[in-house]
Amino acid sequence: MVIEADPELCVGSGMCALTVPDLFDQSQDDGTVVVLRPVPADPELDDVRDAVRRCPSGALKLTD
Amino acid sequence: MNDMVCPITNGLPKVRERPLDPPAIFGQLRDDRPIAPMTFPDGARGWVVTSFAHARTILTDSRFSSQGSLKHLAFASELATELDIEKDLPPGQFEHMDPPEHTRFRKLLTGEFTLRRMKAMVPQIERIAAGRVAAMRAKGQSADLVRDFSVPMSAQVICELLGVPEDARGRFEELSFRALSLDVKAEESKAVLDAIVNLLIEVAMGKVAEPGDDLLTGLVTGGQLEPAELIGVTLLLLVAGHETSANMLSLGTYALLREPEQLAKLRADESLIDNAVEELLRYLTIVHIGVQRTPTEDVELAGVTLRAGETALIHLPSVNRDPERFPDPDRLDITRGAIGHLTFSHGIHQCLGQQLARQELKVGFTTLLREFPDLRLAVDPDEIPMRENMTIYGVHELPVAW
Ligand code: SF4
Repeated sequence: MVIEADPELCVGSGMCALTVPDLFDQSQDDGTVVVLRPVPADPELDDVRDAVRRCPSGALKLTD
Repeated sequence: MNDMVCPITNGLPKVRERPLDPPAIFGQLRDDRPIAPMTFPDGARGWVVTSFAHARTILTDSRFSSQGSLKHLAFASELATELDIEKDLPPGQFEHMDPPEHTRFRKLLTGEFTLRRMKAMVPQIERIAAGRVAAMRAKGQSADLVRDFSVPMSAQVICELLGVPEDARGRFEELSFRALSLDVKAEESKAVLDAIVNLLIEVAMGKVAEPGDDLLTGLVTGGQLEPAELIGVTLLLLVAGHETSANMLSLGTYALLREPEQLAKLRADESLIDNAVEELLRYLTIVHIGVQRTPTEDVELAGVTLRAGETALIHLPSVNRDPERFPDPDRLDITRGAIGHLTFSHGIHQCLGQQLARQELKVGFTTLLREFPDLRLAVDPDEIPMRENMTIYGVHELPVAW
């Protein structure tokens, strides 16, 4: 499973970084999402799904 | 047109059966018709949305517009505390814009409000909170938490972030306290707003002469905003950042003091604070006028047709009490992990300052509980005057003792 993030859609809410700080950060310049590690470990998948669900702008996807 | 009877006429009902629960009618509506017809005080027909799922759907659907000109007053009120977005406020109120206009403003600011930056502000916020505690102690054994803690604390935090210099803060605090008070009539609230705008112009001019390492300097020297927009954006940040945090601090403390069991849990285990903050945000949902979205074309949803132009009011307090999403929703439970609530709204307009709010609330509650092990209400809980008439819910005053 791979995390895909679209910085064009991202509105910099920081919900992803709050939910899974090990995998997401925000750019210092414009606050948009930075994926720290695109392939999460299996035990992290549930948290990543939460982050995807909480993202207010639909900028995050978890794909096969 | 829809021929169903309209249960909510002349705007939202204000009277609550219990001070910390939304009016009961919204719960009944959610069971029967989660998207129900309503009329606004100006006579316009629209919809009130009370279910969590539909709220999220609407808030992320680009067929719904956030344009200020399409919105309506939510409450019928003699105290017209809601200002006319187009006439009374300077340009740059991007919460009332759609893309691409909205995007231009939001992208300028998101870098300033990242979780990382807001966490880095914690020592500053702690210093401010400690200063308020010292001022409260200097008064003796009791104080008004609103006037002596919450309002000045949140004013100082947003002033430091923006870069409002020391000498202007006293004036800003006084103005903001008046802007948040009950007895301010429509005319005076306009005068207070003008005074705040003038103060901001003065401060912004100061940044041209003497740039600092702060948000306002960044906006002034960035050259991406017209001068009037710059003032408008700053005003939005100031008002949005200040009124909300101040009320959450006071109302959150009130809620905890009313629920000794929850308070005791938090006192026993400080690591519950993150969850407690999320739960208080959910349970109290101080944006009790909700948020509005207007369909620009006919939209079918949950068996109803929202016609173009018929504004949907997402009633955030009851959306956050949807039992489908939060079991036993009317119970304050600081251990529940309420994150995902819609208090900060959802979609592209979700609150820009939410990570600042979280840090501020965390520091505020932790400081109060640590410093005042015997904090209690100084009057009967039912005597506390609630902000039913105001755009942001809360308490007008909160006499506490320790
Ligand atoms: S949650 Fe979504 S909108 Fe918010 S910062 Fe992350 S990707 Fe961007």
